[in-house]
Amino acid sequence: MCTLKSLTVCIATLAAAPAFAQAPQLGQPIAPADIAPWDISIGPDGVGLPPGRGTAAQGEAIYVAKCQSCHGEKGTGKPNDPLVGGMGSLAPDKVPMKTVGSFWPYATTLFDYVRRAMPFQESQSLTSDELYAVSAYILHLNGIVAANDVLDAQSLPKVRMPNRDGFIPFPRNPK
Amino acid sequence: MKRNGKSGTPPGEPVAGNGILSRRVFLESALATGAATAGASAASAQPLAIEPWMKIPGTGFEGYGQPSKFESKVVRLVPPLPNPATQGVGTARTPLHLLDGIITPSGLHFERSHSGVPNIDPDRHRVVIHGLVKRPLVFTLEALSRYPMESRIAFIECGGNSAPLNAPKPAPLGMAAIHGLLGCQEWTGVKLSTLLDEAGVEPSARWVIAEGADSAAMSRSIPLAKAMGDALVCLYQNGERVRPSNGYPVRLLLPGFEGNMNVKWLRRLKLTAAPAMTKDETSKYTILLKDEKSWQFVFPMEVKSVITRPAPGIVLKGPGFFEISGLAWSGNGRIKQVDVSADGGKSWAPAALTGPNLPMAPVRFRAAWQWNGAPAVLQSRATDDTGMVQPTRAQFAAERGLRGVYHYNAIASWAIDAKGEASNVYA
Repeated sequence: MCTLKSLTVCIATLAAAPAFAQAPQLGQPIAPADIAPWDISIGPDGVGLPPGRGTAAQGEAIYVAKCQSCHGEKGTGKPNDPLVGGMGSLAPDKVPMKTVGSFWPYATTLFDYVRRAMPFQESQSLTSDELYAVSAYILHLNGIVAANDVLDAQSLPKVRMPNRDGFIPFPRNPK
Repeated sequence: MKRNGKSGTPPGEPVAGNGILSRRVFLESALATGAATAGASAASAQPLAIEPWMKIPGTGFEGYGQPSKFESKVVRLVPPLPNPATQGVGTARTPLHLLDGIITPSGLHFERSHSGVPNIDPDRHRVVIHGLVKRPLVFTLEALSRYPMESRIAFIECGGNSAPLNAPKPAPLGMAAIHGLLGCQEWTGVKLSTLLDEAGVEPSARWVIAEGADSAAMSRSIPLAKAMGDALVCLYQNGERVRPSNGYPVRLLLPGFEGNMNVKWLRRLKLTAAPAMTKDETSKYTILLKDEKSWQFVFPMEVKSVITRPAPGIVLKGPGFFEISGLAWSGNGRIKQVDVSADGGKSWAPAALTGPNLPMAPVRFRAAWQWNGAPAVLQSRATDDTGMVQPTRAQFAAERGLRGVYHYNAIASWAIDAKGEASNVYA
């Protein structure tokens, strides 16, 4: 409560209120080049893809050495997720088998996920050439690219995935 | 379906089929004795003993308190891993049937991790905001700790919670295995909008790609409106620093949204014009419908409830009075009503909503039940303040089929057999 005596204190408090409501501005500016080691995002348009290239023929050896123990021979799965197969299994009344080939809408997602999270025991360890090659191999096992098709920053986003048009927006999201 | 919850019914009187009593038992703390409570044993109790813990002093003090050793079975359910080599891919599930109230103990909050729990040094952790912003910024934990904070009680539910109920036949699973990917905490942190305002969001930005510092660098695209709305960058969970399995030292809270979007171990926020189409928003957390199409970007966890007691593993020792208790929640707002049924949905009566009832938080509901000892099927049905009613399993399946895996929110059923044992059924 403000009495006449404490009026100056009250005015001082009111004047200070807007300053208190201000955020403290403690973020440090950082140059984009210094963020680059962390900026591993890749869009479906291919923005963010690194230089490099690879083919399925080159990727097979990498797959056998780094991926097969979890994802099975030629991507057939077990003990972990299958990467290949399930084409046509999204049809009504069928039991869906959702793999890179049957379900994933963008090839860029495959490259992005392998780069950020695989191989499981040593994330972010593959070179860009190895990433393009092993992505090409998984797409080739699914019949999506040929054995000697070169994948790079230009060609990977152009790969047409079978389920590219399979997604629709949820009708009840908040506005 | 009949609705019999007449407000003029005396406490303890049946108001729906198979022994559901008036909720006024809870609202007025008044329970009529006599017919409704008949069945309780009238045999005299044993003489009272002086126990040893009253004769000698107890133990001393400890730095961090622990539950009683007699509660050692109250732990999360950790299902076996498909591959021991990929440890840390999977879940630890909350034993909701052994808890009460709405707050999950921090150590029992469910965990869904995609590449294990990282061991993050908070002094070396950074949160960066970049992309379509005027000033890319990096924040230390020490800096984040100096911002004005706010607290809210909110649920986080994994998109895959209750997924076993999509199966064609009811699996012999219990509470934690079916519904244990739900937790509720008091979360405390800095409004994400404060940090985004400091960086200066460009007008062309529509999405924020949030990324964790785990070895899967788990990432999700979040609509800018949510990021600028009630999103919270959380440092505290139930009053202490966020637990490692829940995102230490900093995680995102998107109240009401799919659990996976509440990115743990938050390290990076990139403002973009379009979503990134990450693995966890394309190949996972999308809902395959009856036809070949899938819903993508399914944000709110819609209205839902589960009966947490009785439940499998809790045996009713003979006929008599029991409380039916559970949780109801909605990612779209506050719970308005919960109805319960003891006859598999033929008749319903409103349960009492007890304790706090907050938006995007579970409310505890309670109903009084006079079990006659015969087989019964218990169900609960929640309605939120947007008017959405939890669907029956048939209604749920009619809309989207049962191939969607994620966001299962249909009415669940526990059958009680003549021995008083509960089991998962479809009814």
